[in-house]
Amino acid sequence: MKADPRDVLTGTYYIDGDIAIAYGALAAGCKFLGGYPITPSTAAAEAFARKAPQVGARFIQIEDELGAIASVLGASWAGQKSMTITSGPGYSLMMENIGLGAATETPFVIVNIQRGGPSTGVPTSTGQADMMQSKWGSNGDYEVIALAPDSPQEGFDFTVKAFNLAERYRVPVMLMADECVGHMTEKVVIPDASEIELETRRFYKGKKEEYKPFKRDKSLVPPMVKAGDGYKLYITGLSHDESGHPILDKKLLPDLDKAGVTNKKSTNRFLVEKIRKNRDEIIELREENLEDADVIVVSYGIISRVAYRAVDMARREGLKVGMLRLITVWPFPEDRIAELAKRIKGFVVTEINYGQIVFEVDRCSHGKTNIILVPHGGGSVHDPDDIYDAIKKTATEKKRYQGVLEYTTSLERSVFGGSMAEKYGK
Amino acid sequence: MKASEEEKKHPMENLLRMDRIPHIWCPGCGIGNAVSAFAEAIKKIEYDLDEICVVSGIGCTGRVAGYIKTDSFHTTHGRGIAYATGVKLGNPKMKVIVISGDGDLSAIGGNHLVHAARRNIDLTVICVNNFIYAMTGGQVAPTTPRTAFTTTSPFGNFESPINIPRLAEAAGAVYVARWTALHMRRLTDSIVEALNKPGFSFVEVIAPCAMYYSRTNRLGDGLNMMKFYYDNSVIKHGEPTENVDIGFQEEIVIGKFIDRERPTFSESLKSWQQENKTGKQGGID
Amino acid sequence: MKAVENIFLKGKHTLSGFEACAEGALSAGCRFLGYYPIRPSFEIIERFINRCSDVDGVFVQMEDEISALAAVLGASWTGRKSMTVTSGPGFSQMMEHVGLGVMLETPCVIIDVQRSGISEGLPNAVGGGDIMQARWGSHGDYEIIALAPNSPLEMFELTVRAFNFSERFRTPVVILSDVVIGRKKEEINIPDQKDIKIKKRKYYKGKKEDYLPFKYDEKDLIPPMVDIGQGCRFHVTGLTHDERGYPVMSDSCQEWNVHRLVNKIRLFSDQIIEVEEDQTEDADVVIVSYGATSLDAIKAVKQARDEGIKAGHLRLVTIWPFPEKRISELARKIDAFVVPEINYGQIFYEVERCSRGGAETLFVHHASSQVGQSADILKSIKKARGNNK
Repeated sequence: MKADPRDVLTGTYYIDGDIAIAYGALAAGCKFLGGYPITPSTAAAEAFARKAPQVGARFIQIEDELGAIASVLGASWAGQKSMTITSGPGYSLMMENIGLGAATETPFVIVNIQRGGPSTGVPTSTGQADMMQSKWGSNGDYEVIALAPDSPQEGFDFTVKAFNLAERYRVPVMLMADECVGHMTEKVVIPDASEIELETRRFYKGKKEEYKPFKRDKSLVPPMVKAGDGYKLYITGLSHDESGHPILDKKLLPDLDKAGVTNKKSTNRFLVEKIRKNRDEIIELREENLEDADVIVVSYGIISRVAYRAVDMARREGLKVGMLRLITVWPFPEDRIAELAKRIKGFVVTEINYGQIVFEVDRCSHGKTNIILVPHGGGSVHDPDDIYDAIKKTATEKKRYQGVLEYTTSLERSVFGGSMAEKYGK
Repeated sequence: MKASEEEKKHPMENLLRMDRIPHIWCPGCGIGNAVSAFAEAIKKIEYDLDEICVVSGIGCTGRVAGYIKTDSFHTTHGRGIAYATGVKLGNPKMKVIVISGDGDLSAIGGNHLVHAARRNIDLTVICVNNFIYAMTGGQVAPTTPRTAFTTTSPFGNFESPINIPRLAEAAGAVYVARWTALHMRRLTDSIVEALNKPGFSFVEVIAPCAMYYSRTNRLGDGLNMMKFYYDNSVIKHGEPTENVDIGFQEEIVIGKFIDRERPTFSESLKSWQQENKTGKQGGID
Repeated sequence: MKAVENIFLKGKHTLSGFEACAEGALSAGCRFLGYYPIRPSFEIIERFINRCSDVDGVFVQMEDEISALAAVLGASWTGRKSMTVTSGPGFSQMMEHVGLGVMLETPCVIIDVQRSGISEGLPNAVGGGDIMQARWGSHGDYEIIALAPNSPLEMFELTVRAFNFSERFRTPVVILSDVVIGRKKEEINIPDQKDIKIKKRKYYKGKKEDYLPFKYDEKDLIPPMVDIGQGCRFHVTGLTHDERGYPVMSDSCQEWNVHRLVNKIRLFSDQIIEVEEDQTEDADVVIVSYGATSLDAIKAVKQARDEGIKAGHLRLVTIWPFPEKRISELARKIDAFVVPEINYGQIFYEVERCSRGGAETLFVHHASSQVGQSADILKSIKKARGNNK
C-alpha cells in the first residue's frame, strides 16, 4: 500500500531529527502518539501535536511514561498505528509495558532519543547506552527489532520503516536515535506519498466465532482484529494459549510439573521464533569496502558518521579499512559478523558506551579475530583520531587477544591521567 | 561607605549552597521566592539544620534541593515523595521536606502524593505550581488551565486541570495551604506551620512559568504575571477545596484550606512495634 | 542496644528458601524493607515482617514497585541496610531506580523471584528470564552484581553476601532466585551470628565541612559514605555530577563518573566472582547452569558419568560479573558447553561469547515443565558428545 497523500508533508525541509521523526510517523499513517515530555525528545511530540489535527491523528500527553506506553498499546488494539517518544529514564519506566506489548504481540513503535546515563545523567547530551536495554530490559523472553538512524533524513525514513516492521511482525520496534540526531538540523527530503511504501496490518478474515487472537500460520505472525469489531477478544499479559486466555488452572498451580504441561500450549516461544526465523528479512546493513578489508569498523547511529571520517583518514594512508554500519541493531547480524571474522585482522567497534554491541560482535566472531572497543561515556561523540588510532593499532597488531580489548581514548587519558585498567593492573 | 564582610554576605548564607549560585532559574521565576520563603521558614522553626533533609524530583523546582545547604537529594522524576518516605522511616529523627514542581508531584508522582497523604507520613511537601512542564520546554501539564496555549496544546488546552489541594485533602493530608509567590510573608508563615505540623502537610505555591507559560500566552513578563495573581487572589481560610479550581487568567482562591488532626504514620508504627515485640506473631520455624 | 543475639537463628533449622532468605537478610543487618506485594515473592516479605520488629527493623508497603525501590534507596542513606523483594513485572518497574541506585552509589539489595514467561507470565511457575534484565535493564552504562542461589542454605548465605557486596562496592546487588529454590524446604545449619562475616559500610572520617560525597579512594575506586543527619549537609543527584555531588554537564565529567562506576566493579571482579565446579578437570562436555536448573544439571552429569561420558558441571554462583576468564579457559580444554536455561537463551549468549570458538555451545530450553527432570539436558550432553566425536 502507498502512503496516504494527506499524511505526507511532501517537500524539502531544514528541520531537526525530532521533527523529522514526527513527520515520518505521520507519513507512516501513525494516528496516535502517547507521550510524556522528556529532554531531548520533546520537539518530536510538539511537532506531532501541531500537525495532528490536520491528518486526524490524536496526541495525548499523559501523566507519566508508564501511562504513555500503556495508552499506545490500547490505541494499537483499537486499530491505529501508534507510537511513543521518550528518552533514557522514561524508557526505563516503560520496560514493564514493553513486555506486555511483546507478550500480546501488539504492533507499535517506541522512539528513544538516547542521552547520557545512567539515571538522569546528562539530559541535553548524547549517549548510546540503551542498546542492550532495548533487547533485555523487560522481564522474561522476547525479541524486538531496533533501528539506529544517523541523521534527520534517516530519522524520517527509519520511522516509516519501523512502522512497517511493527505491522508485519506484530512486535515492538525501537527507533534508537540519540540526542545528536534528535537535535541536529539538516536537510530532510520528504518524498511524494506515491513513493512511500507502507505495510498494512494483516486483519483476520474468517468467521467471527472461530477467531483466535494468537492462532498463527506459517508466517508465525497471527492476524489481528480491532477492539470494537465484535470479536469480544480477550488479551492478557499472563502466559496464554492460542485463544488468548491465560493458561492458569487453579488445580494445577501448586504442582509445578503440571503447570508446565499447560505451559507447552503457551505461545511464548513464538515471540522469539517469529523474529529469529525471519532474521534475514529484517536485517539491514550498510557495508563499504569490505571486500579487501583487513580491519572493519562496526558502528551504528550518530557515531557511524564520526567513524566515516576515521575510516577515510585510514584509507588515505593506505590501510585497508572497511565500514559496517548496523541499520538494524536487533536482531543482530550474527551470520554476517561470523563470516567476516574469519578473514580479517580485527573489528573496531565504536559506540558511545563502555561496551554493549561490542559483546555481540565478540560473541559472533567466535574468537576468530581481534575485537577492539573504542568506548565513550557519553556527553559528546568520539574524537575521530581515537578511532583512527584504534584502526591503525588493529591493522598492525600481530598478537591474537582473548576477548574485547578496550582502547584507551584521549578522553580517558585526560580525565584519569592514563588507562584505568593499567592503573589497576588489568 | 564600604560594606563590611558581614554585610556582603547573603543573609541566608548558612542555608544556601553559595558555591552553586548563580542558580539556573530564569529572571522573573517564582521558584526563587519559594526557596526564600522556605529558607526563612527553616530559620524560624530553629530546627537543627543537620537534621533536615530536602528531597526533590526532576524539573525546574526539582533543582531546589541542590541549592539548600542541608542533606539534600535530587532523585528521579516524580519519586521525591517515595524517596523521602524511605528517608523518614530510616531515620525518624529527620525533618524531611519534599520540594518539587506540579508535574513532578501531581502527574508522574501523583500516586505517591496520594499514598503518602493517606499514610499521613511526617513529610512537608512544597509544590511550586508553574502551570507547565518548564524544564523540557513548556509542554501542557495536568495543572495547565483550560484554553491556555502550550507547545503540546498548540490549539489551546482542552483538558480539565487538576486541583491539587483537593486531591491532597481527599487523600488525607492534615495541612493544606496555597499562596502565590508574592505572598512572601504569608507563605513563609504557612511553611512554618506546615513544618511544625505532625503528619503530611502540603503547601502549593502559585508561580506561573515566566518563560514558557507567559510567552506562549502573551501574558507579559514574570513579574507582571506574579503581580496579576497577587492582585487577583482572594484569601479565604478554610475554604472548601472544591472551590479552589484555577481557571485561565481568573481570580484564584488562596489561604489555609485544611488544618486537622489524624494519627501519623510514625505514631502508628511505634505503637505497632511496641505491640509486636518478641515474636508475638509467631514466626520462628 | 538490647541483646538481639537471641532473636537470630542458629544451629539446625528446617527452613524454606524464602524463609532462609529473610533470615539471611536479618543476619546481614538488613533493617529496612520496602516492597509491593507480588507473587511469588511474598513469602520472604511475610517472614521478614514477622521477625523484624524484634531488631527495630522497619518495613513499608509502598504504592507500587517504583516507590518501593525509591524508599529503599532513601532509607539506605540513613545508614540502614535496606532491601526490596519483588518478581518479574515488579522488577521491570524498578528499572529506573536501579539506575538511580547505581548513580548515587547506594548500597541496597533487590531480591527478584523470577517467574515464568514474559510480562505477567505464569506467576506461580518457576522462571529464569530476568538474567539479562538484571544486567542491562536500566538505561545508560553500569555494572551490577547478581547472585543465583540454588538451595535454602545458599538463600541464606548469598543474601548475607549480597549485603556485603552492596556495602563493599556501594551498588545495588540483585539476587536472582526462583520458586523452586524458594519453596524447597531443607534442614540447614545456620552459623552463629558472631561467626557470620558482615561487611561494614565505609564511612567518611574527616571534617564534616570537607566531605565530598563522590571523592573516591584511589585504592578501590569507592567513595566513603555518610548518613543523612550526621551534619555533613551534602547534596547528591542522579544527574552527572562531580566530586561535590553537584551536576556538571560535560563529557569529561560524564567520563569521570561513568567510567569509574563501570570500573569499580569490572576491575575488581575477581573479588566477586564465584563458580562451583564439579568434575571439570577431565570433562569433554561441561554444563553451565545456575539456580533451579543446576539441580537438574547435577543429576544429568551423574547420569552421563554413569554412561561413561566425561561430563562436568560449572555452576554460576555469581552471574554478574560473568566468569569470563574461567569459561574461556575451559573452552580451550573441552569439546562443548551445554547451557540449560528456563528461557530462550540468555546466559547461553555469554557462554558462547566467552568460549570464543574454542568449544561448541549448545542451548537447552529447559521449560518450567521440565524442571525437576534431567532428560533433556542428558540428551544434549549426548548430542554434544556426538557432534565432537
